[in-house]
Amino acid sequence: MIHRYIPKGDGEKEKMLETIGLTCMDDLFADIPDELRLKEPLDIPPAMSEIELLRHARKLGEKNSSLSTMTSFLGAGVYDHFVPLIIDHIISRSEFYTAYTPYQPEISQGTLQAIFEYQTLICRLTGMDISNASMYDGASAAAEALLIALSDKRKSDNVLISEGVHPQTLRVIRTYLHYRNVDIRVVPLKEGKTDLNAAKELVDEKTAGMLVQNPNFFGTLDDVSSFSEFCSDNKMVSVLSVDPISLALLEAPGKLGIDLVVGDGQSLGNGHNFGGPHFGFLAVKKKYMRKIPGRLVGISRDTNGKRAYVLTLQAREQHIRRHRATSNICSNMSLNALTASIYLNTLGKSGFREVASQSLSKAHYLYNGLLKTGAFQEVDSSPFFKEFRLKYNGCVGHLLRELRKRNILGGVDLGEYGHEGEILVAVTEKRTKEEMDQYIACVKEASA
Amino acid sequence: MKYYSTLIFELSKKGKRAFSMPALDVAPVEADILGSPLRSDLPLPEVSENELMRHYVNMSQGNYHIDGGFYPLGSCTMKYNPKINEDISRMHQLTDIHPLQPEETIQGTLQLLYELQKDLCTVAGMDAMTLQPAAGAHGELAGLMMIKSYHEKNREYERVKIIIPDSAHGTNPATASMVGFELVEIKSDENGLVDLDDLKKHLDEKVAGLMLTNPSTLGLFETHVREIADLVHDAGGLLYYDGANMNAIMGKARPGDMGFDVMHFNIHKTFSTPHGGGGPGAGPVGVKKILEPFLPVPRIEKEGEKYLLNGDYPDSIGKLRSFYGNYGVLLRAYAYIRSMGPDGLRESSEHAVLNANYLMNLLKDEYDLPHDLTCMHEFVLAGLKNPGDATTLDVAKRLLDYGFHPPTVYFPLIVREALMIEPTESESLQTLESFATAMKSIAKEAIESPELLKTAPSTTPTGRIDEVFAARSVILTYDDLLAFEEKQRE
Amino acid sequence: MNKVYYTKEHEWIKLQDGKGYVGLTDFAQDQLGDIVYVELPEVGTELEVGEAFGVVESVKSASDIFAPVSGEVVAVNEELEDSPELINDDAMENWLIQMSVEDEDDLENLMDEEEYNDFIGEE
Repeated sequence: MIHRYIPKGDGEKEKMLETIGLTCMDDLFADIPDELRLKEPLDIPPAMSEIELLRHARKLGEKNSSLSTMTSFLGAGVYDHFVPLIIDHIISRSEFYTAYTPYQPEISQGTLQAIFEYQTLICRLTGMDISNASMYDGASAAAEALLIALSDKRKSDNVLISEGVHPQTLRVIRTYLHYRNVDIRVVPLKEGKTDLNAAKELVDEKTAGMLVQNPNFFGTLDDVSSFSEFCSDNKMVSVLSVDPISLALLEAPGKLGIDLVVGDGQSLGNGHNFGGPHFGFLAVKKKYMRKIPGRLVGISRDTNGKRAYVLTLQAREQHIRRHRATSNICSNMSLNALTASIYLNTLGKSGFREVASQSLSKAHYLYNGLLKTGAFQEVDSSPFFKEFRLKYNGCVGHLLRELRKRNILGGVDLGEYGHEGEILVAVTEKRTKEEMDQYIACVKEASA
Repeated sequence: MKYYSTLIFELSKKGKRAFSMPALDVAPVEADILGSPLRSDLPLPEVSENELMRHYVNMSQGNYHIDGGFYPLGSCTMKYNPKINEDISRMHQLTDIHPLQPEETIQGTLQLLYELQKDLCTVAGMDAMTLQPAAGAHGELAGLMMIKSYHEKNREYERVKIIIPDSAHGTNPATASMVGFELVEIKSDENGLVDLDDLKKHLDEKVAGLMLTNPSTLGLFETHVREIADLVHDAGGLLYYDGANMNAIMGKARPGDMGFDVMHFNIHKTFSTPHGGGGPGAGPVGVKKILEPFLPVPRIEKEGEKYLLNGDYPDSIGKLRSFYGNYGVLLRAYAYIRSMGPDGLRESSEHAVLNANYLMNLLKDEYDLPHDLTCMHEFVLAGLKNPGDATTLDVAKRLLDYGFHPPTVYFPLIVREALMIEPTESESLQTLESFATAMKSIAKEAIESPELLKTAPSTTPTGRIDEVFAARSVILTYDDLLAFEEKQRE
Repeated sequence: MNKVYYTKEHEWIKLQDGKGYVGLTDFAQDQLGDIVYVELPEVGTELEVGEAFGVVESVKSASDIFAPVSGEVVAVNEELEDSPELINDDAMENWLIQMSVEDEDDLENLMDEEEYNDFIGEE
């Protein structure tokens, strides 16, 4: 019996083989030397029908405890913002999700226009001139941004990275740069902000650029203006990694003199998905137009003068420039970037600000509530946006387990990141006063 | 299909909204508390929900897509995207999972990924697998980094050369540069396969490895692959397998058995996950034992009955991206492998190869077939036999008028006027025949009414698009467009 | 008339007022098609003969441009930044860079017009 995904009727296989002068399927593989040919079926489980596979997948799902049954205060790069329902209706359209890369522009205007709108939205949020069509994620986008900075051969010895950058991003950067013999110099935090005095000691004439995250891994806000000034004083490229939701309130980094802006786009309408796929954004000032990796969509016109969208400046990319390309990237996270565009357009001018303001207000409610229990102490008094860290008087692991008994994921144990006794808590607009009061009540019980 | 080009920014009217939110149930906190410069303007569109829906539906109708028609794109493996994959990738119990949840709350997810790793190892003939890379090119990056780390671990720092055939995908050389390797390009022989004599010339103590696509981008199997592997291994190098063409050999042969040490899969090609208009995909990387210590971390493992994430590998190349990989894509691949089973996977490759040979046979009278051999899952034509003035680009654009997506064109670079055709197993005999009829009809038009090719396409949402204008005027945002129009008016 | 020398990579160089004017040949611009961008070095860059000093891009290609002789870049044609199509309009008139010619012997290794025409005839 032929598989349902292979559309061949009775006798068709034989007819086709006969037409090309062969007698059996194995004749097609005659070029594979006999000693390389598999003689046994692959050792994987037998095919399942739809009924069986759905049942099997549900059983696997039952072995998880998902966020449908738990209240999450986990963040550290992936946040529980609300995903408007319209998004799944649009990205489930075959025309979007089953289309190929838009290399044939005459029949790919939908994808191309979606990317063009995405590029505009990212530029408007970040205050940059050019955004590519998206990268794998925020961490790899940060690494690729540093590669842009390092492409200046006179300054390719080292980069500076703030201690406030997500440890995971730092690890990805270490992986990307290890093979290029680039020295990574970590600039410590002081009072929750990147210590630019310490940076002065680390910078030299061969420093390509510096990366700061705002809000940083611990949720606190850095001084972006001073950072960008420091970079231009030292003639190096400034790279800022941002939480896009925070840009509903904060000044666009481009207006503060930043050269390159990166970040992870999960917050913009993408579900958790155990960490992927999300997407990364990378936006640059015009000066870096020829160095930005990845796809770009531009406006052109067709033979009749009609507006048309098309991939452009492709001579930067690997399929043309091959080993001289800035990056080997050959895809973008098109569907996730489309998701972000729909998200931003659905929330719009007032909704997007509302999401940010509510997250800000609720995070402060919980922060103050937790402090009032007496079980926590402030780590520093720096301002924060939707995520904060506190020092817990007891054992963080114990507290998190107690919270989970009440179906609350209380946050990230920063002990795993070298900050023993500290907890990182994220609050989005989705959390209710009731949920936060439960959290607070549970802390009181657990600490009593 | 439909022409629609109105931008969301052009639809925006002050005061419209498409969102709803509950009232704030705690005391409001002003943004001043952030102690940072604040934004005075948030230039996002203002539209209603129904307008938004219509905007995107109209936009989508400008797209060709696999659910609507045939995509004979060589090296891209545009196969059917089964619907159960989509449903499973939307099961909340499997997807509403934060990546930092405690391990005991994600046992189902870890089990699924562990099984996927195992199955991919079986298909590949490899010993271990990482699911972390986000795409094929990202997998190449992981693979070459591991090769470099392997030589560094053995203190063979002088191994700096990566050998790549001239028929390779552009990502191969670009990846080698990114990892700091020197690139050596070797020639193909008259059949588009590796020229063994040329290869031997470059095999010295500086060789780190060889990257190979097999079947090659010409759709031909490297019959000497074992010999190539022995030569490279004897010189102290390792072999990288570019899995782009894996759809030709599932259940028939395995890269691991051919002598490859490391390979990537393109999940969005071989394992039926949708392309999404350019991504997301996923690029798992499999390795032989000797490279296992260098795999990215964390690795997904099983201890007794418990599944876990293990980051404790001191020789690992580290992390390539945040968290663990494009899980949403991997879920679909898992569903596909479970739907197919061992026989289904083998049959897929067999029918992919059968379809390619059948179609090649239908086209070789009108089109130039430089390598008239039994092909694997794809074949390359060198343009029309009697082209007149028509180029491969003209043929491609004219195909649009017949309602087909064109093949990959002008690749591989070693074939002039290349048309690279990969029908996949997803196409029926009837589809193959109507595509061939269209191609033959175009061949006739090239002689009888060449203007039809030169002016094509004429039935698509837009006519041929001026790429030179786009590259010279560089309008990459709506704001660029406004500035450009302003300048035009002056 | 100052003599024009040609390279196998399709650059030309012409001596004028003690400086070498370097450009792309008409054959090269024709092969490339519509040029959409030219990347040129900074003034003051020291070039070795045969060293890549810039890139010329069409929609579907990016080609390196090589120094025909050794010397220092003394000027670049800034007009090309906004109007790369000038090379398509007149490749011999629209030079890319001016450079010092350290060693006039370098010129002896290049082709004259006749030799170059034969060379491209063979290609």
